[in-house]
Amino acid sequence: MNAPSVSIFNYFLVFIILLFITGIYCILVSFNLIRALIGLEVLIKAVTLLILLAGYTCGRTALAQAIVITLIVIEIVVMVVAGGIAFWAFRYNKTIDPRRLSNLKG
Amino acid sequence: MALNLILLSGLVLAAVWTVMTIRLIRAVVGLALTSAILAVIMYRLNSPLAAVFELSVCSGLISVIFITTVSFTQRISKERLLVRRRERLAKFWLLPIILVTAGLFLMQYLKIPDFVISAPSGSQDVREIIWNLRHLDLFGQILVLFAGIFGVVILFKTPDA
Repeated sequence: MNAPSVSIFNYFLVFIILLFITGIYCILVSFNLIRALIGLEVLIKAVTLLILLAGYTCGRTALAQAIVITLIVIEIVVMVVAGGIAFWAFRYNKTIDPRRLSNLKG
Repeated sequence: MALNLILLSGLVLAAVWTVMTIRLIRAVVGLALTSAILAVIMYRLNSPLAAVFELSVCSGLISVIFITTVSFTQRISKERLLVRRRERLAKFWLLPIILVTAGLFLMQYLKIPDFVISAPSGSQDVREIIWNLRHLDLFGQILVLFAGIFGVVILFKTPDA
């Protein structure tokens, strides 16, 4: 690891941790399915940046890019299916507040 | 270095605005902005292909999906908006304080020790790595895409179809 990479890794990592805190706070505090998805998106952005940063500092950006492309494909599928579930939750219950989604109680 | 700091600060600020704003549609715009800034950072980290993916898919396609979902929800009235604003402020006033405190603390104390990594071996071409080294990932991606397609088909299937 060369010297510029180490300094870059240090201060990038601080902002990645801040992004993580933002996403986790959003998921914990919001009672709204779409907001929970937005929080998950912010978390995924932090993970994406961390993978690319690791690749950059090790000099393996090509491998990091290949993994990030896989991550983005999985991300889009998760968002589409979760968005569809949120849509149907709203259609049947007229709310996207998870506390009021009580139709699934057995 | 200075440009990186500005971009990273913009990234975190856009994420915070996304999380804290009241209207969902503004949150979606904030998320697209976060993705766009992340794409610029990716480009600066010598990852142009991932940056293009991030910009087109995350900033474009995911925003469209979110806007479509949000368009089905009901718009809240102005009175309800004021109540919601107070509720949201009560929930989220702590977030900027946590972020500033954590940022200052980490800037001061987070020091990754220097360690030696062996020089990268093998190809440095993304296409070669995707098609030769990580071809099992491609198989997984296809499976995940099919799972998503079938999931959406089942979710949006009407009873008489």
